[in-house]
Amino acid sequence: MNGPHDLGGRMGFGPIAPEADEPLFHAEWEARALGIVLCCGALGYWTIDESRHARESIAPADYLRFSYYRIWLTALIELLQRHGELTARELVDGHALTPGKRPEKCLHTQDVAGVLSKGSPTRRMVEVAPRLGIGARVRVRNLQPTGHIRVPGYLRGHVGVIESLCGAHVFPDSNAVHQGEQPQHLYTVAFDGAQVWGQGEGVSIRADLWESYLEAV
Amino acid sequence: MPHDHDQHDHDHHDNDLDEMTALTRALETVLVEKGLVDPAAVDAIIETYSNDVGPRNGASVVARAWTDPVFADFLATDATAAIASMGFTGRQGEHMRALFNGAGVHNLVVCTLCSCYPWTVLGLPPVWYKSPPYRSRSVRDPRGVLAEFGTVLPEETEIRVWDSTAELRYLVIPERPAGTEGWDAERLAALVSRDAMIGTALADAP
Repeated sequence: MNGPHDLGGRMGFGPIAPEADEPLFHAEWEARALGIVLCCGALGYWTIDESRHARESIAPADYLRFSYYRIWLTALIELLQRHGELTARELVDGHALTPGKRPEKCLHTQDVAGVLSKGSPTRRMVEVAPRLGIGARVRVRNLQPTGHIRVPGYLRGHVGVIESLCGAHVFPDSNAVHQGEQPQHLYTVAFDGAQVWGQGEGVSIRADLWESYLEAV
Repeated sequence: MPHDHDQHDHDHHDNDLDEMTALTRALETVLVEKGLVDPAAVDAIIETYSNDVGPRNGASVVARAWTDPVFADFLATDATAAIASMGFTGRQGEHMRALFNGAGVHNLVVCTLCSCYPWTVLGLPPVWYKSPPYRSRSVRDPRGVLAEFGTVLPEETEIRVWDSTAELRYLVIPERPAGTEGWDAERLAALVSRDAMIGTALADAP
């Protein structure tokens, strides 16, 4: 979707202003939010793709003013409501009105280390061979779906060169909306910065793009 | 809802701490009552990323690559396996790639679409990495971004910006600083900052 999250090349956000000796969390609630988000992920209702799509679907003005943990928490609340594990009334009351549907999936302390160190690999073995090879010139298709997609807007229509084959990976566009993993070959594509932006010598940009995002030129 | 900002006068890109504290508490309480969240597991996750998983992991990978050519080759050909061989695996590091800075090439990592970051080797990302200024500018004006971090490179150096659009996570391997001949990996690791492994900085001088 052409959402507020697609920030590459946008202007006017001011200096980066890295904070000296930045703490890991700026408030206790941020730490709790991190833990709650990861615990809820273990319930198995959604994938990382659905959660990313929930975050980028936050109203643009809110997305741009929220801190990142607030973006996470806002999307989590939406996901829990969508999957029937939370109501607006419960959140206002601060108490559960009905029992959870998947308490058996609750992540417990003894399983935390295992879950975090295992992660969720997205590489998949597929029968089909990659359609494109290293060195091929490819154009990023002009895809502007209302759903989830991992093409940054600034690369649409631009021509790059395939630099490496990454194997097949879960396709986020389908996986975000419960249409299955539909793994596709993934490629690292190199673009010339001056061509993308119309200025700036000596800069190249690389992005990892799925096969259906690309067309040979 | 009352707001009390007096105790939070530093700049941290958030202006609604009290509201967020209340919201987070309410949400956690509801989920605990429903049996969906175990507060001790939340504690364990916070503990993990506060104490065990952070940029010292990545620094040890870099320092080993500087001192062990066989490991450096392993890291270049299969970063996921090489990094796993040092015990660093898991969430947001499932598929790793190492980017070696070298003569005339400097690498810079960003995620313009969200906040993808190699947690297994760098821990949780700093606020600036996840915020619009860095995400918007690093692809368009990386030299300006580097200058803001105090990193000025020769004009002829190619800057390669890596936009983390899929599940590959990137670790920059900075160049080993001059004057560190004979140093062991542990001593070298102290010269490798988080920012050097994102690419906004170089390795520290000895």
